[in-house]
Amino acid sequence: MLEKHQSKLLTSWVQQQLASGSLRSGQIKEDELKEHSEKFLREFVASLKSGQTDDIVGAGWSPVRELLGEVSRSRALQGFTPSETATFIFSLKGPLFTLLREEIKGNAQVLGDEIWTATKLIDKLGLYTAEVHQQSRDDIIRRQAQELLELSTPVVELWHKILALPLIGTLDSERTQTVMENLLNHIVKSGAEIAIIDITGVPTVDTLVAQHLIKTVSAARLMGADCIISGIRPQIAQTIVHLGLQLDVVSKATMADAFALALKRTGQVVNRAAAKPA
Amino acid sequence: MEQIPILKVGRCLLVSIQIDMHDKLAMALQDDLTQKLVETRARGVLIDISALDLVDSFIGRMLSNIAAMARVLDAQTVVVGMRPQVAITLVELGLTLTGIQTALDVDRGLALINRLIDAEGEDGAGGAH
Repeated sequence: MLEKHQSKLLTSWVQQQLASGSLRSGQIKEDELKEHSEKFLREFVASLKSGQTDDIVGAGWSPVRELLGEVSRSRALQGFTPSETATFIFSLKGPLFTLLREEIKGNAQVLGDEIWTATKLIDKLGLYTAEVHQQSRDDIIRRQAQELLELSTPVVELWHKILALPLIGTLDSERTQTVMENLLNHIVKSGAEIAIIDITGVPTVDTLVAQHLIKTVSAARLMGADCIISGIRPQIAQTIVHLGLQLDVVSKATMADAFALALKRTGQVVNRAAAKPA
Repeated sequence: MEQIPILKVGRCLLVSIQIDMHDKLAMALQDDLTQKLVETRARGVLIDISALDLVDSFIGRMLSNIAAMARVLDAQTVVVGMRPQVAITLVELGLTLTGIQTALDVDRGLALINRLIDAEGEDGAGGAH
């Protein structure tokens, strides 16, 4: 029956979606919506034929599930809310019920049963969509967090044998681990002898952060590289003393001072080029 | 039984640890090394651990012991070639090998050891530099 009226159902469904504004002001194109709806209906009908009407986890529904997963993932990327995504499925109810009413006129019992089956089925599909949507959102957030982590721990080769490690943001255990790995790998790669750890961008230094710094410094020392800590702001200097922390590292107020010391330690000199004769 | 070779390079002894250490081997190494130090009157010990991808508290303590023994026999100890992962593990274990000098590779280790020996300001045995 559904197969017979597939195209009619599709038209009214798409129309309803358009009318209810699920296009979200042009975020998704009408063609795309149409295509999604058409594909979904096709798979929906095919799966219905497989006979399972109450269990969408079965193998008969896997094409529908795949399609829905794809649709909700793409919508999650486009910034749709979960309810907007789920509405894609729920809005099918209206046209479907109208169709059922028209087809099963006069037999209230059968009509009621059919509508109940359809409701249950569509609800399940809708919930599934919302779930996948949520999951893809979570994936996006996790990936962004990872990228942020990598972005915020650059190791810069300042000069021959001198590395700089500008730290920005709070230092927690996980970040320390990344920073440490990054730094040590760079030490091996560049054969650096001195690493300048700049903490200008670290908002607060408490005992935990200090401990993490010390860990990083010790690890670098084990690799045969010396560390200099720079960029200590006045408030942070006070905090360090008030907390009674022992950093046990050479520290300098500014990156420039640290760099000068590093040059001296590695026996390098930077000279101003002599002015050219006129 | 496997044995860890000890080579004389200039004023130092070069020990390259290529296999996993265990108690017996560590004891044998300490024996051999002290013996060699006395025999050759070397002024430095260079321990290369670049082949080790696992250094636990046991090896950490062994390294400290060797350094202390060498110190008694008037020789400097430098550990070279530690891998990044090993360094991280050691730090996480709280072993920072205090009292041991470290260098990135054998080349720099040799340079460092020569500097240390020269800094002691005594008459070096040979002209290795």
